[in-house]
Amino acid sequence: MGNRTPEKAQVKACAAALREGFEAAGAVPVEAPVLLSASALLDLYGEDIRARAYTTSDILRGEQMLRPDFTVPVVQMHMAQGAEPARYTYAGEVFRRQEEDEARANEYMQVGFEIFDGTDPAAADAEVFARVQQAVAPLNLKATTGDIGILMAAVEGLETSEARKAALWRHIWRPARFRALLERYAGRHPVPVARKVLLAADDPFRNAGPEIGMRSREEVAARINALRVDAATPPIPNSDVMLIEAILKVRETLPFALEQLRDIAVDMPAILQAVERLARRMEAMAAHGIDVEALEFEAAFGRTHMEYYDGFVFGFVVEGRPDLPPVATGGRYDALTRVLGRAEGRPEGIPAVGGVIRPGMVVELGGWS
Amino acid sequence: MSIKLGVPSKGRLMDKTFDWFRARGVVLGRAGSDREYAGKVEGIEGVELVLLSAGEIPRELTEGRIHLGVTGTDLVREKLGHWEQRVEEMAELGFGNADLIIAVPQAWVDVDCLDDLDAVAAAFRREHGFRLRIATKYHRLVREFLKENGVADYQLVDSQGATEGTVKNETAEAVADITTTGETLRANHLKILSDGLMLKSQATLFRSRAAAMADEERATLAALVARLGLD
Repeated sequence: MGNRTPEKAQVKACAAALREGFEAAGAVPVEAPVLLSASALLDLYGEDIRARAYTTSDILRGEQMLRPDFTVPVVQMHMAQGAEPARYTYAGEVFRRQEEDEARANEYMQVGFEIFDGTDPAAADAEVFARVQQAVAPLNLKATTGDIGILMAAVEGLETSEARKAALWRHIWRPARFRALLERYAGRHPVPVARKVLLAADDPFRNAGPEIGMRSREEVAARINALRVDAATPPIPNSDVMLIEAILKVRETLPFALEQLRDIAVDMPAILQAVERLARRMEAMAAHGIDVEALEFEAAFGRTHMEYYDGFVFGFVVEGRPDLPPVATGGRYDALTRVLGRAEGRPEGIPAVGGVIRPGMVVELGGWS
Repeated sequence: MSIKLGVPSKGRLMDKTFDWFRARGVVLGRAGSDREYAGKVEGIEGVELVLLSAGEIPRELTEGRIHLGVTGTDLVREKLGHWEQRVEEMAELGFGNADLIIAVPQAWVDVDCLDDLDAVAAAFRREHGFRLRIATKYHRLVREFLKENGVADYQLVDSQGATEGTVKNETAEAVADITTTGETLRANHLKILSDGLMLKSQATLFRSRAAAMADEERATLAALVARLGLD
């Protein structure tokens, strides 16, 4: 990284001080195991998590992962036993497998602050952001905010089949795939030959050969039916695709971004509610003394690497140093609490927002002495 | 000290490697009986032959325990992170050709490409309650390939051999494996996805970037490179 690795004792002292700051804000300190059940993480993130988390195993418990972050165990703990509203803080190591860049740390401290409270989400968003910003204030970092919820609302509001919406929804966090799907549904590309041949066949199973494996012929037939229905579905209007593209391009200071999004909402009323949420959040941030006039907003922020966030997102980075990881990140993850709540009999989840700081970087950047 | 050359210890890959070197005036062979893993080298001084499992050669190269090694590109890319920084490709040997591909049952008439595989993976997970299984021994390459192509809701299950049989045995729904002619795949009622080619591999002579060399070894390496016509 070019900088010296900071002393561990210093990092720990910095982490303790950050955690105390969150405790002073009413957060209960919690611990989380280092070894997490691999199956829960794999269910959530899919096979990609193996590139980012260390996997280990024994013959009794099977696969375990060294915790790649605290959010999942803290949400699990809360959904199992937490009373509401609740706020938590924690400090400890996380472990990240590095396959691309040897200079990046594979083990570092994180200090976090999480609020589980559905009464006023805009206020909770603003508070988490304000407390994290205050904690890293001496470092003069550049803050960027975003809101995945606006894109999600746009997809939800498309006038097309539920199947297409579900497919787009599933790939919200994979921009290339999302774009390819959107363009296909808009009819921008010709239907592939293999698909045409399949749908035109009198008996699509003529050369199928024997049925092997667990995916049954009924499942194949059901998909062919779904493909026929999809082929008969009218294309998503080009104007809608352009509006989604316009949303993804919004990159302005917060008040201007809000103005642009309100303009887009005139043609796409489906995002109105999400845009008004953004407006309320901006007010709540201003009430916390945050200079919203100067705060950056990017509608596409966090789309590739913050996959469990589904609303407000933010990050604090060292300006002019793209080689350094963000010092602090966070966001809203209501859907994650619903997914992890299922196992605890609470599929309704609870609105939740949180942020983490890397004390190692705070020390390295001279923000602690 | 001598230059250590790692060569696969058995089978066609060993024989073909020996042929390739012999055609260039370097005679490799086993030291004693057919079962002995010590090797001998004739036609050049200062080169020592080390017979190893092809799968271990990437690691030996990256650790610098051998200076040169013959193995498949597939194994080097699977086993070494930043492989270009650890080894140098000196020559493609023109045999051991194999394609790393993704294949699904022929009975999946609705699946032609990765796009279809992704859609089927989502439906399969809803229907069966677990992620669609792809049997492979190339975990890293397959994961990276599927990530790049936006395929989700799958899981990799380890298969070190007879991978084509896993679908029939219902331990996997699809396979990611190397194939030369596709014959074994067809015999097992599998078909290759139209955009499922991940890597074209062949036997390749690699040089370790980590193995220590004094002047003497450098001179030997230069002589060997010249003899093999790689300069």
